[in-house]
Amino acid sequence: MSDLTHLQRLEAESIHIFREVVAECERPALLYSIGKDSSVMLHLALKAFAPAKPPFPLLQIASGWDFREMLEFRDATAKRYGLELLVHTNEEGVRAGVKPWTPGTAYADLMLTQALRQALDKYGVDAAFGGGRRDEEKSRAKERIFSFRSAQHRWDPKNQRPELWQLYNARKNRGESIRIFPLSNWTELDVWQYIHLEKVPVVPLYLAKTRPVVRRDGRLIMVDDERLPLGPDDRVEHLKVRFRTLGCYPLTAATESTAASLTDVIREMLLATGSEREGRIVDHDGAASMEKKKQEGYF
Amino acid sequence: MAAADSELIAADIEAYLESHRHKSLLRFITCGSVDDGKSSLIGRLLFETKMIFADQLRALEDDSRRVGTRGGAIDFALLVDGLAAEREQGITIDVAYRFFSTDKRKFIVADTPGHEQYTRNMVTGASTAELAVILVDARKGVLTQTRRHSYLVALLGIEKIVLAINKMDLVDFDERRFREIESEYRAFAAKIRLSDITAIPLSAVGGDNVAAASPRMSWYRGPTLIAHLESAPLTDSVTHKAFRLPVQWVNRPDPEFRGFAGLIASGVVRAGDPLRVLPSGRTSRVARILGAGGEVSHAVAGESVTLTLEDEIDVSRGDVLASADSPPPVASQFHATIVWMHDEPLVPGRVYLLKLATKTVTATLAPIKYRIDVNTLERVAAGRLELNDIGYCGLELASAIAFEPYRESRTLGGFILIDRLTNTTVGAGLLEAAQRRAENVHWQALDVNKRARAELSHQKPCVVWFTGLSGAGKSTIANLVEKKLHADGRQTYLLDGDNVRLGLNKDLGFSVEDRVENIRRVGEVARLMVDAGLIVLVSFISPFRAERDMARALLEPGEFVEVFVDTPLAQAEARDVKGLYKKARRGELRNFTGIDSPYEPPLAPEVLLDTTRLTPQAAAEAVIAHLREAEIIDVDLTWEI
Repeated sequence: MSDLTHLQRLEAESIHIFREVVAECERPALLYSIGKDSSVMLHLALKAFAPAKPPFPLLQIASGWDFREMLEFRDATAKRYGLELLVHTNEEGVRAGVKPWTPGTAYADLMLTQALRQALDKYGVDAAFGGGRRDEEKSRAKERIFSFRSAQHRWDPKNQRPELWQLYNARKNRGESIRIFPLSNWTELDVWQYIHLEKVPVVPLYLAKTRPVVRRDGRLIMVDDERLPLGPDDRVEHLKVRFRTLGCYPLTAATESTAASLTDVIREMLLATGSEREGRIVDHDGAASMEKKKQEGYF
Repeated sequence: MAAADSELIAADIEAYLESHRHKSLLRFITCGSVDDGKSSLIGRLLFETKMIFADQLRALEDDSRRVGTRGGAIDFALLVDGLAAEREQGITIDVAYRFFSTDKRKFIVADTPGHEQYTRNMVTGASTAELAVILVDARKGVLTQTRRHSYLVALLGIEKIVLAINKMDLVDFDERRFREIESEYRAFAAKIRLSDITAIPLSAVGGDNVAAASPRMSWYRGPTLIAHLESAPLTDSVTHKAFRLPVQWVNRPDPEFRGFAGLIASGVVRAGDPLRVLPSGRTSRVARILGAGGEVSHAVAGESVTLTLEDEIDVSRGDVLASADSPPPVASQFHATIVWMHDEPLVPGRVYLLKLATKTVTATLAPIKYRIDVNTLERVAAGRLELNDIGYCGLELASAIAFEPYRESRTLGGFILIDRLTNTTVGAGLLEAAQRRAENVHWQALDVNKRARAELSHQKPCVVWFTGLSGAGKSTIANLVEKKLHADGRQTYLLDGDNVRLGLNKDLGFSVEDRVENIRRVGEVARLMVDAGLIVLVSFISPFRAERDMARALLEPGEFVEVFVDTPLAQAEARDVKGLYKKARRGELRNFTGIDSPYEPPLAPEVLLDTTRLTPQAAAEAVIAHLREAEIIDVDLTWEI
């Protein structure tokens, strides 16, 4: 065993998780958020079932505000591997006119949380692979690899099944579904290092390039299309920026950077002094908020 | 990031990545009593290995002022005490996994709580760990909790122990105190066969001997905690053992390819190796090995692979591929140590699902031989296992499986028990050895079988199981059904609560254990009668769902018809044909169903009889109608014409 490196062991364990789910669940799907963690998950899934294709579809929750480059990458990826791609948008939310800048939590709730629930119900998904890692934040550190959700998609942190050895109990009660996190034991560095070693394709937004941005509350927001409302004082600047995490473009802050290659990005990441989620605005409301969001069904 | 690292990263990122590519992985567990400073130690490890980013440090300083326990100074414990509920209670309540790495190793830490009632979390954390850090408060020394944790760690097969004697600052960094605790611990550890012990004096709060040698304890010449964790030898023996691969999934994308996918549990496999499939015993040779990166000539323990074989032999999920000349044993009866993890106690005789590696089978638990008092390590007699109890008992599986004793293989010797109704994981077990006693008592494959007997009597044998409160009308309805069947020329037998309890089960009372045994015997008798070709009518209160399901599990699908005679308690009590409710109300009868013992109604009975709306005659007709519908009795039998 000591002959294997830490990445080889993480890879083997993640592949084992993918195979257990496919062997024991009826309708798995890979929740494909198009970010780097999704890319690594897909890469592992391709390995787990080779020479067959992964026997499940990709499922993407489209808020309508995803970066255009993400959607192009998504479609090209599904096509390249010949995988079924399911895309779901919460039409109720669209009709209600919620926008990323709508005050309060209505946007995240309707376009992300509710949309995910709707999609899982609509496609009858009983096991959804997610790219969550335990190093991301504190409540994740206690979440199981096979994490059960009630019929209302709620997580009950006090009522988790013990997970011993590499034995996963995938038996569900009626209406329950499972979120499975094959990257639970990976860290951000592991993910980047694996992308580097395995040449895993990622969305070019992770690499620095001159992009049009405006400043909002000290954050750089990319003007990805004409829908971003610009005030009279807003000045569109063309700066060399990249993104550390990806989501809805009006809510995802860019960082100024010259890291135009993968190794540059890793260097920057290693020398950085801010954790990964700093760029994600949805997480900035209280330490316990992620736990609360998850209890309500946020992935 | 250490300064040297930062320079390398800045100057030559490729060289840095190359050096980090070859890191190994060590999983360890930390355990200690409440207030031993465990969370502080883990927080300190994360801080010292630069796993804390500036924004997290800001949040930590903020939190320390708000909810910290160190008077506003940085409280490292807050880094790891995750869930909001825990913060409110000021304690850790579940297993949390933490990550940090140095340039030599990546570490995964299972952080488990010190509370007595959370043994199950510790066992969970220890199941994947190779090393344990056991914390002791230098002021308090070795406590009952320390012994308990050490025992659990040893039970789960962890051999390497770090005895972290913390809070040395509170005993003036006294060497004599350190030595005293160390020798007391070593004396205890020897009793549970732990010998690989490294004792380190620490102050997690002050950082002494965590990453850097403490100038305040110059008498200590051993390694710092991080230095020790970086250099502790990894368990590499699994590659020297015989090859084992539990098959997870059969990969057949097209008729040309049939691969068997799984994670290698032990040993090495090479193309051309002769393999044996267990439990069938068939043999073949390895044709190709697909590793994570494509086709390879060999693969080792810890890798996920897909193997193809030279011959077309039957292999499915749950089978084990093993080296042909040293295969693991196959058995269906075992002795095992069981750690119970559920609020509902383990009751012998009940049927659970057992999952070992990739195989899931039903398992019946034999009477418990003893329970282990983990505080004294004494063996105590026990009729059941409560939450967090550890016991030793026999178990019998519905079919034989390939296995190895737990001390030889965590993968082929560790299992979980799953409740069949709630689907939760209720226990964990460690297989010790196969049981020899009943090895030769197997069902004889007789030529005159159930089917032959049933054909002779022109009926499909089955059990019609009437359940409901005392006085619901079970026996009345069952009698009417039997009369109708008899008149129709069917061969039947009625097992009644009263007649069985007067004879076969006269040694049983009404405690939970006896009720379980009562139903087990009735179920077994009913099964024999079904095998004899009879339609068996069973009329028993049978209040517990699990027991009725156990009886159902003894039969083949479609052979068990559950009839719920549904009568409200008030009505049954008003009827009180035998005067039992009155006695129970007066306290003369104990454990009486409906009064001081629960009745669990069936969730999905084949037949539901609402006796507030149906006469006994109509109820009996409804049962007969169901038997026709289910084609158990056939209206067009040739002899009727």
